[in-house]
Amino acid sequence: MRLRKFGSGLISVLALAASIGMAHAKSDIIVAMQLEPPHLDPTSAAAGAIDSVLYSNVFEGLTRFGPDGSVNPGLAESWTISEDGKTYTFNLRPGVMFHDGTEMTAEDVKFSLERARADDSANAQKALFAGIENVEVVDPQTVKVTLSAPNGSFLFNMAWGDAVIVAPESIENIKSNPVGTGAFKFSNWVQGDRIELEKNADYWGEPTKLDKATFKFISDPTAAFAAVMAEDVNAFVGFPAPENLPQFEADPRFQVLVGSTEGETILSTNNKLPPLDNLNVRKAIAHAIDRQAIIDGAMFGYGTPIGTHFAPHNPDYVDLTANSKYDPELSKKLLTEAGHPDGFTTTLKLPPPSYARRGGEIIAAQLRAVGIETEITNLEWAQWLEQVFKGKDYGLTIVSHTEPMDIGIYARPDYYFQYDSPEFQKLFTDLTAENDPEKRSELLKKAQEMISNDYVNGYLFQLAFPTVANAKIKGLWENQPTQATDLTGVYWED
Amino acid sequence: MLRYFLKRLLSLALSLVAASIVIFLALEVVPGDPAAYMLGLNAQEDTLNALREQLGLNGTVLERYLSWAGGLLTGDFGISYTYRTPVSEMIGDRMWVSLPLALYALTLSTLIAFPAGIWAASRRGSYVDAGVMGVTQLGVAIPNFWFAMLMVLIFAINLRWFSAGGFAGWDAGFWAGMKSLTLPAIALALPQASILTRVMRSSLLDTLNEDFIRTARAKGLNKAQAMWRHALRNALIPVLTIMGLQFSFLLAGAIIIENVFFLPGLGRLVFQAISARDLIVVESVVMLLVFAVIVVNFAVDLAYALVDPRLRGRR
Repeated sequence: MRLRKFGSGLISVLALAASIGMAHAKSDIIVAMQLEPPHLDPTSAAAGAIDSVLYSNVFEGLTRFGPDGSVNPGLAESWTISEDGKTYTFNLRPGVMFHDGTEMTAEDVKFSLERARADDSANAQKALFAGIENVEVVDPQTVKVTLSAPNGSFLFNMAWGDAVIVAPESIENIKSNPVGTGAFKFSNWVQGDRIELEKNADYWGEPTKLDKATFKFISDPTAAFAAVMAEDVNAFVGFPAPENLPQFEADPRFQVLVGSTEGETILSTNNKLPPLDNLNVRKAIAHAIDRQAIIDGAMFGYGTPIGTHFAPHNPDYVDLTANSKYDPELSKKLLTEAGHPDGFTTTLKLPPPSYARRGGEIIAAQLRAVGIETEITNLEWAQWLEQVFKGKDYGLTIVSHTEPMDIGIYARPDYYFQYDSPEFQKLFTDLTAENDPEKRSELLKKAQEMISNDYVNGYLFQLAFPTVANAKIKGLWENQPTQATDLTGVYWED
Repeated sequence: MLRYFLKRLLSLALSLVAASIVIFLALEVVPGDPAAYMLGLNAQEDTLNALREQLGLNGTVLERYLSWAGGLLTGDFGISYTYRTPVSEMIGDRMWVSLPLALYALTLSTLIAFPAGIWAASRRGSYVDAGVMGVTQLGVAIPNFWFAMLMVLIFAINLRWFSAGGFAGWDAGFWAGMKSLTLPAIALALPQASILTRVMRSSLLDTLNEDFIRTARAKGLNKAQAMWRHALRNALIPVLTIMGLQFSFLLAGAIIIENVFFLPGLGRLVFQAISARDLIVVESVVMLLVFAVIVVNFAVDLAYALVDPRLRGRR
């Protein structure tokens, strides 16, 4: 009895504490996401979580991605491209200040690009900078970049989070104290829990409507559901439990945005491992797969079927799903032609995301129906990178390739698909050198068709990006043209 | 006395060295390259090498062990591969969540277990006893993460008394911090309290059957007096042992509860570090936990002596 009294007393004290803590003004936001950044330097790690917090909020590049994936002016106000396509002259915005109060000048641009392409660079996307031959400071507001060969995607490359402009004065502590030029400045990081940003009053562009933004990291899907339901967080970007989305859609407190991403989810295939080196065998696998069943079963209906390695929202996308439509009978016939009338056995190695683990079970069942047996192994990411990606010790695996416009990986014979097609490599060289938008579009379409006809991988679906947010929040990005949570245009209604 | 103390100290040091070697070698065998994990799918070989060089991953096994173990001796736990901050700082931050949580849970579990165990023992065979035994049976059987989710559903989502998780931080005030630890502490305490209640009860019943209790009753004490003055103290030894074990477990074993409530504690740090192959963090945290277990056991030994004067003499 006494214990019970004590308990209820405690609870009322705590409830009081709660009501004091809950009042909040409408100029701050708590955004949750699943993964925490390992550190805060977007230019020296692949972790998408770094960009998800900092891209365009804290750090900006010469160019930047818009919500639709277009490449817009960033710190460079304008630019001119020389006749031969090799020299880019960027005119920088005047009066741009880093958060530590120093001015952003052409020297900083030179420093950032030189650092990314240096021999000891730890930039995860070093290939973006490979074509740069020379970076020249013309005057504090102008920088001239010379390429060794014309590169039609150079402006696109400079919009990546890995190409943001950093300052030599603050580079030493960038991993724990990032200093950029963006509309928000970094204020605090409680590791394992949250990162806090605050409004940059000296921003060169339109100031943000939010005074404060907090990113919280909740990895467990059940905990994510509870946090949104209890309104502990105002928005959850990349909500990890698609099965709960209908419940949020039915609740007037919330809005659900389901956007597209750059994540082509594919059944990656080891093109050098028999019998997968046989085109007919890969074609048989492609026809054995029922994409919609995988999207429904593994992703609860969220995802767009794809027939090649290209994002469907891109204007240059070609719908090639008919090229590998679900046809088990054809699949069996192809297997017989390839000399495997009774099928064969191969490995299916699955990394941790649920699209892979759940999708893997379904694909295994679909392949079994045409006679292909798979031995499923579940791997951690570190093991997957070691065995599959680096060691190429696998038959099949399921991965979402989230880098934007990454069809170029098919031109790398040492990539883990081990797809070695001189024809494709030549096509890609031509594409890189091409500056004319129309011709580029044509070549991109050709590239998509080529890998689809070669059945390099099983093309499954484009990963969807669900966001659950308070119904009063406006200006959130729906799509993910790059991994980013751009809060610069976000505000609370009324 | 001093000789005994030094001997114990030496064995303590030797077990720490042995533990450090085992931990280091075990993680050495685990496949996975921290640099590859950090740089992802588009990384080039020369970039990977540059990063490995920066992280000091290119040395031999012996070199790396000696630099790590040598650092530990001077209190330098090294720099995390992924976070690039000193490991000691990271552990320090997380300690401020894990240690209070463990203490909170242990306090709750003790506050429940002592009265419940004594009550059940003093009414042996009654409905009270059967009730307490039934409830504790349930408490041991229910998985604590399931119980945690149930509490979140009731107290966070429906009643809105607590937030569904996260840690407010001690900067926000003592009560705010305690409040965010309350549901996790209850979830952790429930199975521990159940076990402790059962231990308390059976230990007390054993003692009540001893000759000295009969003597106490014979000299005219009633049942309650005999229990408070003589039985309880003698029954505490096994209870303290269990409490010591539970504390070490609570400190190290809260990984699942920390995930359910997304608390930035030690358990979650280890969990993240393992998947990122941030081996230096894993090694250091595990080493610290080994150290904590040894120290807690030592403290329990001291507590025995406080409870039982005969053990003091034996030292």
